[in-house]
Amino acid sequence: MAQPSSSLAIEASELRKSYPGARGNPRIQALDSVSFAAPAGTIFGLLGPNGAGKSTSVKILSTLSRPDSGGATIAGIDVLRHPDRVRKNIGFVAQKAVADPMDTGRENLVLAGRLQGMTARSAKARAADLLGRFALADAADRLVKTYSGGMARKLDVAIGLMNHPQVLFLDEPTTGLDPEARAGMWAELETMSRAEQMTVLLTTHYLEEADRLANNLAIVDHGRIVVTGTPDELKNGLHGDAVFVELAPDTDLQAALGVLSRVDGLAEVIVDGRTLRGRAAVGATALPRVLGALDDASLRVASATVARPSLDDVYLKHTGHAFAVAGAPTAVESESAS
Amino acid sequence: MITALNQTGLLTGRQLRAFLRMPSYLVINLIQPIIWLLLFGALFKSVVDIPGFSGGSNYLEFLTPGIVMMMALFGSAWAGTSYIQDMDRGVMDRFLTSPTSRGGLIVANMLYQAVLTVIQTLVVLGVAWLAGARFGGGIVGLLVLLLSAMLLTFVFAGLSNAIALLARQQTALIAISQVLAFPLMFLSSAIMDTKLSPKWVQDVALYNPFEWSVIAGRDALQSSPDWATIWAHLGLLAALVVVMTWLATRAFRAYQRSV
Repeated sequence: MAQPSSSLAIEASELRKSYPGARGNPRIQALDSVSFAAPAGTIFGLLGPNGAGKSTSVKILSTLSRPDSGGATIAGIDVLRHPDRVRKNIGFVAQKAVADPMDTGRENLVLAGRLQGMTARSAKARAADLLGRFALADAADRLVKTYSGGMARKLDVAIGLMNHPQVLFLDEPTTGLDPEARAGMWAELETMSRAEQMTVLLTTHYLEEADRLANNLAIVDHGRIVVTGTPDELKNGLHGDAVFVELAPDTDLQAALGVLSRVDGLAEVIVDGRTLRGRAAVGATALPRVLGALDDASLRVASATVARPSLDDVYLKHTGHAFAVAGAPTAVESESAS
Repeated sequence: MITALNQTGLLTGRQLRAFLRMPSYLVINLIQPIIWLLLFGALFKSVVDIPGFSGGSNYLEFLTPGIVMMMALFGSAWAGTSYIQDMDRGVMDRFLTSPTSRGGLIVANMLYQAVLTVIQTLVVLGVAWLAGARFGGGIVGLLVLLLSAMLLTFVFAGLSNAIALLARQQTALIAISQVLAFPLMFLSSAIMDTKLSPKWVQDVALYNPFEWSVIAGRDALQSSPDWATIWAHLGLLAALVVVMTWLATRAFRAYQRSV
């Protein structure tokens, strides 16, 4: 493999792409100057709600689609000038199932390997290896249409791995899976990324997924990258803990906002529904002051919580709207574990 | 080139496996030609008695190559269905992001359709023989009939694939099978000697690829075929196959622009 001197596995620069709008409507700007870079051997997460531009980015980088302007390289190869060479070095797992339901798991894998140019013998050996690794050996010779959602998705990932790709694209690998299957897939992906020498571009609208799997992250919103960094960098950039105060019904939100803005050590106070959110260096010491100030002003509180910073907070800070509001089925309470 | 041929073989194999795994589909494919042959055979039995009918004295013998081509036409009009299913899933996008030859994808589907056509043709011929039809063309005649049916299949499978890639909807294929296939069938000598049809039908039939295949196939089954006519019509069909394959392969670009 001719590995270029650059150790970047994926490099996207100023990608723009628009699609024709529905009848009479203006064109939809799916990507509005998207640039990011993923170092070789890492998992790079593109995090954002549906319609943010994640899939469009993946389609361009995997040579399926072409940008209106901008460029990209995969393992140092230009995706626009040498799509054929890029295709030999990537695995692609679309948002939709990539396995043929009328073939068995093994047939799907062998066909994928042979289309990549592997010999029948090496394709069979690789297929058997992957079927074992993804715990699909017992189902290997059953038609894929009989697989459960979790099994089918694991097979999809295995198909993407057949040709030992340098870069694997995983477009929302766990969307539609039940929580148990999702947890299983995360464990598989963690094991896989250790076992295979490769770079993974993972798109997701699950914050927990990005937090757990990605070494580096880019948050995408409305066709733009709003912020990039490691999950820890992004969370540490928030300086401290999140403080949530839910006000009782009929309490004056503006008065409460005024009170909290004057509390010492509490910053970035905003209103989100009936909840006020703020940020404090140490949440535990700020909370009594917050509650005291509200009590002094006779403003009644329904509940109050302190949480370690989560990617949800990062998202909120950089996009101005909460992630859950943007359409992802992610509950805020599950974010405090990290 | 070797790679593309290899890939074509692998992809044709995939479609044949799926076909063999749907026994009901197999049965429908075998019963359909029998029904057409026997129904039309009974319905139009006495057209051979019409003064001026130039297709011989046994209608079943006249009809058989027509039904063979009808089966090929109607079957291949649906060829794009399997790619629409692949597009509805992520299967097509996965092929397109791998080093799979675009031409190989199209040709594999054409070959798969041609295998179905060959099976149906043999069934039609078998049933016609059991019903008393006899053909003087021998084994060469049979092979030329098969060649003609396969070329027709390639033409319409190519068209069907191109439309599937451009429209990405099953309804578009319903449109070609209804709006295109039926008129092509009736504007030909498949079930009726066009010498008994109005002049305009005869004129239109001259430019009808379906009619080319019927003429070549029917003539090949005669005991003294007119080889010049046969090769001329097969040549026209072959030229159209090249055009359709090119068109369908080009349609991938349009598809990739739209995803």
